[in-house]
Amino acid sequence: MSALAVEAIDISKRFGARWAISRLSFSLEQGRSLLLTGHNGSGKTTLLRIISTAAFPTAGTLKVLGFDSKKQRDSLRPSVALVSHASFHYEDLTAAQNLLLSAKFLGVKDPAATVKELLERMGLAARADSAVRQFSAGMRKRLAIARLLMKAPKVALLDEPFGELDPAGILQMEQLIRSLQAQGTSVVLATHLIEQGLTLTQERLHLEAGRKVSPS
Amino acid sequence: MTPKISLLAAAWLVLKKDWQIEWRTRARLTALIFFSGATLLLFSFAMGPDVTSLRAHAHGYLWLGLLFASVLSLGESFRIESENQALTGLVLTPVEPRAIFIGKVLGNASMLFVLSLVLLPITVGLYDVTLTRVPHLLLLVLFLGVLGISAPGTVYSAISANARARDVMLPLLLFPVLVPLLLAAASATKLTFQPDPQDQLGSWLKLLIAFDLIYLSVGFLVFPKIAEED
Amino acid sequence: MPASIPLLLLLALAVMVVVHIAVPKTRTILWKLSAALGAVMLGLLMYLGMFYAPPEAFMSNVGRILYVHVPYIWMAFIAFLMNVGCAFGYLMKKSWVTDALAESSAEVGVLFGAVGVAMGSIWARPTWGVWWDWDPRLISTTVMLLSYVGYLALRSFTEDPERRATWSAAVGILSGVSLPITYYSVRWWNSLHQVQSSTASVDKTMGSVLLWGLATLLFFLFPFIVKRYEIARARQTAAMELPPLEAPRPEAA
Repeated sequence: MSALAVEAIDISKRFGARWAISRLSFSLEQGRSLLLTGHNGSGKTTLLRIISTAAFPTAGTLKVLGFDSKKQRDSLRPSVALVSHASFHYEDLTAAQNLLLSAKFLGVKDPAATVKELLERMGLAARADSAVRQFSAGMRKRLAIARLLMKAPKVALLDEPFGELDPAGILQMEQLIRSLQAQGTSVVLATHLIEQGLTLTQERLHLEAGRKVSPS
Repeated sequence: MTPKISLLAAAWLVLKKDWQIEWRTRARLTALIFFSGATLLLFSFAMGPDVTSLRAHAHGYLWLGLLFASVLSLGESFRIESENQALTGLVLTPVEPRAIFIGKVLGNASMLFVLSLVLLPITVGLYDVTLTRVPHLLLLVLFLGVLGISAPGTVYSAISANARARDVMLPLLLFPVLVPLLLAAASATKLTFQPDPQDQLGSWLKLLIAFDLIYLSVGFLVFPKIAEED
Repeated sequence: MPASIPLLLLLALAVMVVVHIAVPKTRTILWKLSAALGAVMLGLLMYLGMFYAPPEAFMSNVGRILYVHVPYIWMAFIAFLMNVGCAFGYLMKKSWVTDALAESSAEVGVLFGAVGVAMGSIWARPTWGVWWDWDPRLISTTVMLLSYVGYLALRSFTEDPERRATWSAAVGILSGVSLPITYYSVRWWNSLHQVQSSTASVDKTMGSVLLWGLATLLFFLFPFIVKRYEIARARQTAAMELPPLEAPRPEAA
């Protein structure tokens, strides 16, 4: 039996005096997708960051693809990718330069060609040589998705991917998510667009004040 | 799991990336040069027009000017990393934090080195020093000195970038640690401006090298703990 | 006064520290005992320093402040050594005890160090005519104090406990490493400029009073560090409790 995509065992996360996540346990099998819902401040972003290893639980254990997220983070990182509110871009570099940088760090075989193809796929080819500082919020999101696609992770974490997108963009994003899933990627999707989210995922986790609750 | 590229290759990519960004925002480097030049000018106004005295203390003014400029340039170096959490993005790629440290130290040092070169003619103009005695040694002193500012500076600016009162936190943390570097670099510089009958320059160079090696090693070990939550 | 008395007292203090760490039950009384003993010894120190010790050749009676000035500085260095040790310890194995001890030793060290430097200034002015000079020990001590003021500022500005502990440890290590470098570079500079160092020769009686001063202040250092450590631990524990397993139910109207 292959490892679970995500396995949270009684995890809690504290920032200063506040518990962003409290005593949370859940699991997700590989190849399946999870819808993460909850109000702003309920802990969705924190949870996604923890799964991505950008942060670590204060207590409890989180396993991703069978690896302990804290102790085995180096083994884990190549297989997980996060698209979140913080875009990880360098504002003063162009879209192409940002992607090329990631490509080279990832050891991608033909970085220039890969970057070109991804920018075209995400509809950013025309602005490939503009600084990210000039990008709209939607374009930044698309660039972040391009980076995720380049990494081809086993677990894709998407934090409000539909925000800032127009209906055509939302449709394209749905197609992207489905194509990721077709490749066997486990997707954890946090979104307020619950109907869309339900059609794209098989399981749901609803958070309130950092705890798992049944959605009302 | 071994990373896809080597530590040095990753460090080189980080360094190139910083150079790229500096080039694309070169108006900022220009502003930094004018700031440092103005600082040197202010020193000469504060000390008065006695050229002999200015010449005798020029080594100090130069390094003080570089020190003040370094706070700005180090601060900026990590502002670009905390904007959009780009540093976290690198770490998650994954990029080894140690490679990031090497890349950023060299990036910061190279910026300060360029700055110091630009300040040399200003130093000649304002303080009437002689640069031509041992120019190769002067360049060596400048390089070792800015490297010594960058090594602890990179660690501390990574911390301050995420702390409250960040503008004041960086110099507050950095300046006490740089006291021996300032002493050594200024003394060594003085011995390139003026004759060095007792050949003391060699001793100061050794101290500078020791300082650099110690702080590069300590920073190398400590930076990963700061670059990511642990 | 034979030198064996302060040495015996130092041994007693070492035993007290070990017992304090090993036997939790004694933790409420040992620090009080230490403070009380320290107070008694301080009284004796005043007598010894003012009347028993002979006037020093160069400095005459002003030099008597040395019997407290020097021990204060030694305390500061001991505290900072502790802090550097905790910094290394924390980065090797995370532990709240280590972090609390680091916080305590830094604050107590700054306190003792500031008093010591002030006393040094008071001594220097009538003796050498200056409040400040280029002595390597003075410069190093001042740099050390400044480093730790920055350290404490960083701690107070960082709210997240884990981050605060990690960042402090990093700063503690860099600051600690800078100490010997600072000391040697100033000494080197002085030697290159043929500046005489001011080590006075210490006669036996003066030496024993100095030892008494050292022992006295150690009896004070111990309770200061213990109490400040306990405050740090209390604050940590208050922040550390895991939330309850079930969400608290909202109060019924």
